[in-house]
Amino acid sequence: MPDTTINGITVSVDADGYLTDHSQWSRELAEGLAAAEGITLTDAHWKILDFIAADYAEKSAVPGMRRMNKVGGIPTKELYALFPDGPIKKAAKIAGFPKPTSCV
Amino acid sequence: MSDNDKIKKVSIIISRGSLEGVYPGLIMANGARMEGIEANLFFTFFGLYGILKKYMNDLKIATVGNPSMRIPDAKGFSMPTLLGALPGMSAFATHMMNKEMEKIDIPPVGEFIEMISDAGGKIYACKATVDMFHLKDDDFCPQMDGVITVGEFYEQAAGSQIIFT
Repeated sequence: MPDTTINGITVSVDADGYLTDHSQWSRELAEGLAAAEGITLTDAHWKILDFIAADYAEKSAVPGMRRMNKVGGIPTKELYALFPDGPIKKAAKIAGFPKPTSCV
Repeated sequence: MSDNDKIKKVSIIISRGSLEGVYPGLIMANGARMEGIEANLFFTFFGLYGILKKYMNDLKIATVGNPSMRIPDAKGFSMPTLLGALPGMSAFATHMMNKEMEKIDIPPVGEFIEMISDAGGKIYACKATVDMFHLKDDDFCPQMDGVITVGEFYEQAAGSQIIFT
């Protein structure tokens, strides 16, 4: 399991760069993970990251697009605008969760 | 995998109008956008029913001519063709499948098309079919980006993988 240093914090990640131990995650780390994806986190980003965290706590899975829309109240367009080119994968990575496993 | 090996764009042709004929193309197009892959959808022949606003949310599973069809569930008994032809069979099978899809958050066709369009996927209708079926722009869902010829489809598909379903 490779270790990587982001924002001066050393964490364990899998081959795709997803955190393997969520307890290592912090909001400060998220800023660094986002920067690596070319994203500067704003309140709108945090609303999505916080929803993923809340939903993960409940379902033990990263929410899919439809759940983001219906339960999180986050429109598809907004997700793609805030996390371009692979919104859910990027948001899940920045939020410190595993790679999403849903097809939709 | 280097960046050069990555698929950058897909053009998916949906040619069948049954529920199981339309969904795979929608799932592939949406999945492409979720991976940051550009996606075009081209609806032709009966596949066009997937974007006709009056019919798109009422597509049915083909219970006749489907030798993999089993009852009462996917691992049940093989369903005799004659049974599949009974009135209401297709509606029943469709109802069952829609229920299962809802459970895993696969949206109804109309909502799925909207999701793909909002994700930046392009949705086209085949001109030959539109002429053949005497359809007007008004018959289509608002997400339809244009009625195009096969030649225009190939232009739009430049640099993409073409997938026929």
